[in-house]
Amino acid sequence: MQFTQKDILDMESLSRDEINLILDTAVRMKEISERPIKKVPTLRGKTVVLFFHEPSTRTKMSFDIAAKRLSADCHSISASTSSLVKGETLLDTARNLQAMNPDVIVIRHSSGGAPHMLARTMHACVINAGDGMHAHPTQSLLDMMTVREKKGDLNGKRIAIIGDIAHSRVARSNCVGFTRMGADVVLAGPPTMIPRGIESLGARVARNIDEAIRDADVIMMLRMQKERQKGFLFSTEREYARVYGLSRDRIKNIRKDALIMHPGPINRGVEISSEVADGPYSVILDQVENGVAVRMALLYLVTGGTRNVYAD
Amino acid sequence: MSTLIKGGKILDPGNIDAMGDILVDGDRIRKIYCCGDGKPATSSSEAKPDKIIDASGKIVVPGLIDMHVHLREPGHEYKETIETGSRAAAHGGFTTICCMPNTRPVNDCREITGYILSQAKKAGLARVLPVGAVSRGLEGKQLSEFHEMKSAGAVAVTDDGRPVTNTLLMRRAMEYARGAGLLVISHCEDLDLALNGVMNEGETAARLGLSGIPNAAESIMAARDILLCELTGVPVHIAHVSAKETVDLIRAAKNRGIPVTAETAPHYFSLTDKAVEGYNTNAKMNPPLRTEQDRNAVREGLADGTIDVIATDHAPHSDMEKEVEFDQAANGVIGLETSLPLGLGLVEKGILTLSQLIEKMSKNPARILGLKTDLIQGNAADITLIDLEKTFTVDAGAFHSRSRNTPFNGWQLRGKAVLTMMSGRIVFEDL
Repeated sequence: MQFTQKDILDMESLSRDEINLILDTAVRMKEISERPIKKVPTLRGKTVVLFFHEPSTRTKMSFDIAAKRLSADCHSISASTSSLVKGETLLDTARNLQAMNPDVIVIRHSSGGAPHMLARTMHACVINAGDGMHAHPTQSLLDMMTVREKKGDLNGKRIAIIGDIAHSRVARSNCVGFTRMGADVVLAGPPTMIPRGIESLGARVARNIDEAIRDADVIMMLRMQKERQKGFLFSTEREYARVYGLSRDRIKNIRKDALIMHPGPINRGVEISSEVADGPYSVILDQVENGVAVRMALLYLVTGGTRNVYAD
Repeated sequence: MSTLIKGGKILDPGNIDAMGDILVDGDRIRKIYCCGDGKPATSSSEAKPDKIIDASGKIVVPGLIDMHVHLREPGHEYKETIETGSRAAAHGGFTTICCMPNTRPVNDCREITGYILSQAKKAGLARVLPVGAVSRGLEGKQLSEFHEMKSAGAVAVTDDGRPVTNTLLMRRAMEYARGAGLLVISHCEDLDLALNGVMNEGETAARLGLSGIPNAAESIMAARDILLCELTGVPVHIAHVSAKETVDLIRAAKNRGIPVTAETAPHYFSLTDKAVEGYNTNAKMNPPLRTEQDRNAVREGLADGTIDVIATDHAPHSDMEKEVEFDQAANGVIGLETSLPLGLGLVEKGILTLSQLIEKMSKNPARILGLKTDLIQGNAADITLIDLEKTFTVDAGAFHSRSRNTPFNGWQLRGKAVLTMMSGRIVFEDL
């Protein structure tokens, strides 16, 4: 199958076949990271620009490593070092970047839709590394890769996503992505953080966390941000941890083969207790590892990779 | 100089609905010649006009009035000027437009009111009626000088663009406005509830990951202002109604005899929040586009008289404010050059009669503002000719407004103004 998408903007625009192709490619890419010499010449001569308008450690590092393992030239700009602080508009920045002929732009931006704007303006492939509260497709793909790796298949699996759904691009992308792959997504969290109309993404809202996690194959916890107190979205971290946090007590009745996931960075003792984060169900670090593989796969596919990665 | 507008169908709801001719002399209507309509037929053959306008096949109506536009001058002339806005108005069939006070500086004193009127006079393309600020600097802290602005030519007051959040200030503004003989127009929005919202709260917002504004952010304030209207007995005009609940509140208030009036904008009866899809900043305005249910409620409100007026909330912005990230983009769309055709769309759909549409775009605004615009002898010759059959494609690039921010670019529309006469002068003609 030929991969024909120019950009990776959100999960809506990826078909089931395309998702499978990405995940299959990622599995092969993962093997490269396990070699003693972790580099192939596949993207030699290609230019990848990491344009991070919002702080990020994990995602940016993950893309950087992915690009370098494929031998691409990888450059990184952030809002604080770019002309955006001098008042240049995003569109002008995009036009200027385009003039330097990069092959791929990876963008992280605090405004939903910013990568779409870039994609409309640029010839370069645009990969969304997280836009506002909208989408985080590479996170969703690495989550799927992790579940597929552990469970074999996504079809019919129950995925519980717990926490601040309203502000989570990870939750949105996973609702769309997992549902497309035949999984059943259940959401739970404080009603203040469940946006009206979220069911239109194919997910079901559970009455409480226990109902959501009871028969779940995957329990995905979302980061709770303390600044949400300002919007009156929750009272205290203490109460949040007690009512919505994943503690040792709470996981007593979950499936014995359940996976516990978290997109990071985790708040120990708030949405997830240390015992659970470090416990036997946790695959949080597998997610990070797979992140590199998924991003290698995407860089390879959007730049038109058709050659056999093994041969390279 | 005299002009005879000949052979059109004259439609001045409540006054004339008949074939006839209008003789204009100078800036006034000299005489109306009608046949049919139960009245004795009169013939214009006695008239000896200098010029004849062939209005056959056209509808001749009192000049349209848009009681809610932003002309951006003074302060933001790169978006619109009084001249370009007036020209856009003329092309849309409007002879009278009310301009909102959120300019820079704010129109909160007689000097700015006077400046606007002098610029409008210089342009000479539309009757511009300034609306002053309720509070000085739109800051919501102190009443501005209503009497001074009134004597300089203001017709109403509002803090439009933002609500009057202090309920006592709103009450006093209404009472003070009665003393000054000004209409109070209310932008209804509970800012706390709207918070950082950038579009309607609901499915589309949930999917796009954009912060939502619930209907209640509008209707809670509308309810407050209706109660203040009842308390003070002073009429209040609710601007840009977008939500079903607001329509319901206004309907109930009118049934109780409360002197509230209301307007909606063409985008609220033409579009839903689905237009935002793809992060379309030309579908971003405040209040936001709502759901299908709300759009239907707005249409019903227009049909049953709950909503008195169609006003555009014409809000010009340049690419600098619109070609940016959606949540960073400015609120507002332009509307002067598409309002009448979109309104005629309601007539074509059978939601309004043509007569009702003219009421909402001319007669009712005139009544609410206390303007004399009937097509009768002696009144100012503000007249619009409409061709119901003329089809065209909206081309934002060809607009006379200085800005291009319309959600209707590329739409195929049917029916438009083909001649606009203001004070006896033809300010737009495309016959």
